[in-house]
Amino acid sequence: MHTVTRNTQHAGKPRRGFAPMGELLRSLITSGPSVIWLTVLLLVPLLAVAVISFMSRGDYGETQLPFTLDNYKRLLGFGLLGFDALYPIILARSLALGIGTALACVAAGLPLAFFIARLPARFKNLALTLVVIPFWTNLLIRTYAWQILLAPEGWLARVVHAIGIGASGEALYPGTGAVAIGMICDYLPFLVLPLYASVEKLDWSLAEAAMDLGANGAKVFRHAILPQIMPGLIAGMILVFLPATGQFVIPDLLGGAKTVMLGNAIQQQFGQSRDWPFGSAIAVVALALVMFSLWIYARKSSGKGGPQLL
Amino acid sequence: MAANQSASEPFAIQAENLVRRFGETEALSRVSLNIRRGEFFSLLGPSGCGKTTLLRIIAGLDSPVEGSLKICGNDAASIPAHKRPVNTVFQSYALFPHLSVRDNVAFGLRMKRIPQAQIAERVDQTMALVQISPFADRRPAQLSGGQKQRVALARAIVNEPEVLLLDEPLGALDLKLRKELQVELSQLQRRLGITFILVTHDQEEALVMSDRIAVMNAGKIEQLDEVEKLYERPRTRFVARFLGSCNLIEATVAQIPANDFAVADAPLGELHFDAAKSSRNVGIGEKITLAIRPEKIGLLHSDAPRSRNHFPAKVEEVIYSGAETQYRLRAKELPLSACLLNASVGSHGFEIGQSALVHLPPESLIVLDD
Repeated sequence: MHTVTRNTQHAGKPRRGFAPMGELLRSLITSGPSVIWLTVLLLVPLLAVAVISFMSRGDYGETQLPFTLDNYKRLLGFGLLGFDALYPIILARSLALGIGTALACVAAGLPLAFFIARLPARFKNLALTLVVIPFWTNLLIRTYAWQILLAPEGWLARVVHAIGIGASGEALYPGTGAVAIGMICDYLPFLVLPLYASVEKLDWSLAEAAMDLGANGAKVFRHAILPQIMPGLIAGMILVFLPATGQFVIPDLLGGAKTVMLGNAIQQQFGQSRDWPFGSAIAVVALALVMFSLWIYARKSSGKGGPQLL
Repeated sequence: MAANQSASEPFAIQAENLVRRFGETEALSRVSLNIRRGEFFSLLGPSGCGKTTLLRIIAGLDSPVEGSLKICGNDAASIPAHKRPVNTVFQSYALFPHLSVRDNVAFGLRMKRIPQAQIAERVDQTMALVQISPFADRRPAQLSGGQKQRVALARAIVNEPEVLLLDEPLGALDLKLRKELQVELSQLQRRLGITFILVTHDQEEALVMSDRIAVMNAGKIEQLDEVEKLYERPRTRFVARFLGSCNLIEATVAQIPANDFAVADAPLGELHFDAAKSSRNVGIGEKITLAIRPEKIGLLHSDAPRSRNHFPAKVEEVIYSGAETQYRLRAKELPLSACLLNASVGSHGFEIGQSALVHLPPESLIVLDD
């Protein structure tokens, strides 16, 4: 050991001092581009939005000082004309859309993931490809396609009426049902893929053990299956919940453009209304709400030794 | 505990003509057996012989396509797995990874909605019984193989089942631990009085622990007997070879005198055997297979006096293994293996290439059925 140190000193390059430098350089080269990318394109704009949300709108739509809390007050419903629940309702509506879509996707995706996982190996890839295929088509085209399929005199509507589910003459589109169909079809793959990965590696002997110990079907699922697929299920639900909360194209096109969602509201403020500060405030609050719900989940799950995503 | 509650039904398990097919192969073909209450019963056989299938059918995790099964006198076909008075120790242990040891053990009782206080008491008792109390709050991932095995055992017996099924429970453990647990398991069985059904491919394990053994091969029961009888009086080539090792000699029956051993013509020469102890009647002129265990064969020096069933042989291999020495011999083209206990200091004085005399005692020659 002693001679080794002396040899390196003789060589004129004290390795000990150099090694960390090399490591730093290496990590800079590898992570540098993504750090720069994130800083310039995400962090700086996000900070700008946060700052602008505290500024005021000028007479011609320009962003100007002084700093104020008015935008947030207005968002909470305390505007110039007294209390108005318009924006809290929009926020709640969007959150409800996100949560509702996530839950509906769970209801549809759970059986689907189990079905695919139990298929013979050669059909599995085919089934997964079919799940992903909608991604290859543009969202707008898919949504317009639903408009045609669900149109009042479309064949789907006639079939539904023939079976007797809906009243005759009542259109499937536009309406809440059409929005639900559109949302589920759009976000189902986000849930099915991570969930399938969990189901695929399920240890079925645990289900047999639970059965052996006196658990009936529902209890086997609750105690032996669910704990195993929880990580995939949660990951899938978050992947659906986040974008679904901000979704406004589908509610617009299939819901009849009667309801305003978070997305529309922000777009309106930055576009027609030219009120950047207020648009920024909506964006900041929406972001905060989503982060808050994720934080609550992380708190709850880390205590139980569950999956830690954040 | 609960096992001996009613003596009215002497059998814990009654299986009749059970058939189970997987595609083309028949995992069980017309298997019938009765397992007594409170006995330690083993299903022994090579992998793929159907023993695990039979166990899963008893547990209710698989169902037969034909035949009937009764558990404690009740038709099992109408009882789903979760309502059977049967618990299983799985080969992979199948412990719930997200639950602590204590919660794993309590699982079965919780499913039955037994009052909390009672659950705590029974769980503590059982954990103490199998010596896992110190790990009660650990997760399965933090346990060693032997500890997991004990948890799996506790999780099953805490429910006080009528029948405990053990699927290769010691398969994943090292030899020393396996031997310890073999003894512990048989002690535990006697103490609890629960019917134990063990599935194993390890003949020694089955011999050490069981009261009775069913040797299975290719979906059928080859022989079902008390442990000693099974070893001393195997009925088929398969049983003779699977349980310990055995020399097989093809012969033709020559004479059956009334007051003496029967005589058969074998490649070695005239071979006397005990026809009366045979499980079936043999007739003159019949071709039979005689079996003899290596340790029953006597080995003498070639100059010893010869009487009947003594044949000259050549020593081809000497394998010393501590407690005993195995000899590979050849007597007139017939390969034989003999096993001598190293009871006294030094070797027996037989070396490779040397001539010797083998003695096959007539009462140790067994007539096989096939």
